[in-house]
Amino acid sequence: MENDDQSHDWDLIIKGHTSLFDVKFKDLWHYRDLLVLFVKRDFVSFYKQTVLGPLWFFIQPIFTTLVFSLVFGKLAGISTDGLPKFLFYLSGITAWNYFADCLTKTSTVFRDNTNIFGKVYFPRLIMPLSIVVSNLVRFSVQMLLFIAVMIYFAINGAQFQPTYALVFFPFLIVLMAFLGLGIGLIITAITTKYKDLSFLVTFGVQLLMYATTVIYPLSAAPEAYKKYIQLNPMTGIIEAFRFAFLGKGEFTVWSIGYSVVFTLIMLFLGIIIFNKTEKNFVDTV
Amino acid sequence: MSSPVIKVENLSKAYQLGKIGTGTISRDIERFWITKVMGKEDPFLKIGETNDRSVKGQSDIVWSLKDINFEINQGEAVGIIGKNGAGKSTLLKLLSRVTGPTTGEIKVKGRIASLLEVGTGFHPELTGKENIYLNGAILGMRKKEITRKLDEIIDFSGVERYIDTPVKRYSSGMYVRLAFAVAAHLESEILIVDEVLAVGDAEFQKKCLGKMGDISKGQGRTVLFVSHNMASVKNICSKGIVLENGQFAFSGHSDAAVDFYTSNKEINSFFKPLHQKTSPKNIKISDITILNRDFKKVERILSGETINIKIKIESSGLKKPIHFGIGIYNQDDVPQFHCSTESLLTPLLTDEAILTIPKWPLIEGNYYINAYLREGKETLDYAQEAIWLTCEKGDFYNTGVLPSWNKGFYCDYEWR
Repeated sequence: MENDDQSHDWDLIIKGHTSLFDVKFKDLWHYRDLLVLFVKRDFVSFYKQTVLGPLWFFIQPIFTTLVFSLVFGKLAGISTDGLPKFLFYLSGITAWNYFADCLTKTSTVFRDNTNIFGKVYFPRLIMPLSIVVSNLVRFSVQMLLFIAVMIYFAINGAQFQPTYALVFFPFLIVLMAFLGLGIGLIITAITTKYKDLSFLVTFGVQLLMYATTVIYPLSAAPEAYKKYIQLNPMTGIIEAFRFAFLGKGEFTVWSIGYSVVFTLIMLFLGIIIFNKTEKNFVDTV
Repeated sequence: MSSPVIKVENLSKAYQLGKIGTGTISRDIERFWITKVMGKEDPFLKIGETNDRSVKGQSDIVWSLKDINFEINQGEAVGIIGKNGAGKSTLLKLLSRVTGPTTGEIKVKGRIASLLEVGTGFHPELTGKENIYLNGAILGMRKKEITRKLDEIIDFSGVERYIDTPVKRYSSGMYVRLAFAVAAHLESEILIVDEVLAVGDAEFQKKCLGKMGDISKGQGRTVLFVSHNMASVKNICSKGIVLENGQFAFSGHSDAAVDFYTSNKEINSFFKPLHQKTSPKNIKISDITILNRDFKKVERILSGETINIKIKIESSGLKKPIHFGIGIYNQDDVPQFHCSTESLLTPLLTDEAILTIPKWPLIEGNYYINAYLREGKETLDYAQEAIWLTCEKGDFYNTGVLPSWNKGFYCDYEWR
């Protein structure tokens, strides 16, 4: 038997128990076209089903920024580090939205796709990855808005200065995407069994925003709480983002280094837990 | 000699019954502690319980598949047969990697494409062509592969006029055609098909069956086919595997497998429908009996005999005459003939209708009856596999001589 099995080179062996680190990257690569098609599907179905179409990409950040400027800027009078209020909030919201969308959308991957996952095999990671890329389209559109607003303020003589850190911008995007993806993967894997967690996600993300420097600069945070706010990996990223585009914010090797390490750990854990769950989740949902 | 392309070894799959919810965290921790930390066997997987639905098991775990072993060679078309709940679908799910086995393993050579459903991932807002790409990619095709076959797929589906229309505007038949067309053009070495052919119109079903036959015979690809329709299993498959209560029961030539399955099938010579669908009007078939010419109840009949079939109905008083009908099927689920008051234009106002067949025409074998009640176009009740009847060789021509060969039925004739 031994010899017989070895002389046969099987292409695929389906087993009950596999190693934790058995992530099929080769499969993932084979299905790359599917990722592109999923992104296209998301985009097409989004703008075919709405009247205003891609305009929604602008409406949401503009209105949130207006409300934030009014409530936190005018009423509460929170400092914006000397930056124009509108620009300050918009920068925070644009970056935060991308992270939050990646997280919340990937956190329901299993639940949203039970039907298709129950009928056909493809590397399940394709789905969350396609979500991250879909959101990237939305993020780029919102970045255009942000840059347009920046130019408008620059013409009107507002005081801000983009810095050398702009070269790290692509790196920051990847960081936000991976952090959202990693946490989202962990949550979606756990929610297949413990459904309560999904209720926590939406308002948890909202609360987390207040623990991030979206509506206030880190420099304005009270000393006593500063270290807790810095424990939040998104703080370093948003601060770096603001520093790159507007020249204000705390951008150090330590703050960004912490975010990188945190992101890598989350992504690693996320992929492993997701990979472990995907094999049998159909039985528990 | 052709070599095995699928090898299944000691394959088992356990499912947890009951609700999963309260207490699972503590149980999961316990389970984790015992299996991972102490390295013992999982205590929640009790060995030796089979998946028999009628018997209530001791534990919450049920083995949907237990210690299955078999090999499938290249180019074979294998039919998997068994009752509902025998583990057919579970086996397909494991083979198509939708879910993982509890123990054991499956070794596969070549690409597997599985079709547990047609049109998985179809998006209503996308056009037919866009959906071909999406569905093809979900099934594992590369984009350039789909582009190469696009014309062929569209041609096979027969919906070229609507190919740039969103599929939400499609009729259900068109939808199925398009979906099957994509699947039929997969370039995998192994194709796994669930009873997807139960959909679509007869003409298209025939086309699909033909295509599946071509796939295994002409192209040397391996096909695994799960079906309730014994005739199509016999038709398409060269080999059959019978599952019973999650266990391996028989494997061999497809005809032999079908025979094994049908001979082990529970044949009830009393009224016990497999499914009964009663409309809200609550007019319902309550009993069917097979009677001989003297209206005495019989279990076996002979070819050429006069038989009476009595259908009793239960209702809160009929006001108008209704239509009665039965269809006779052989054990391979092939329809044989049909007797209804609709064909004779004689609806009846009775709660006990009797159908007389003066000369039972079918040859020896087991047959079952599907019975229905209808009022106008509305089906009041439908009883599937309501009762079985066993027919034995009979003296059809009253001469003591039977033809040396005869297929299916005897014809009543005269020579002058």
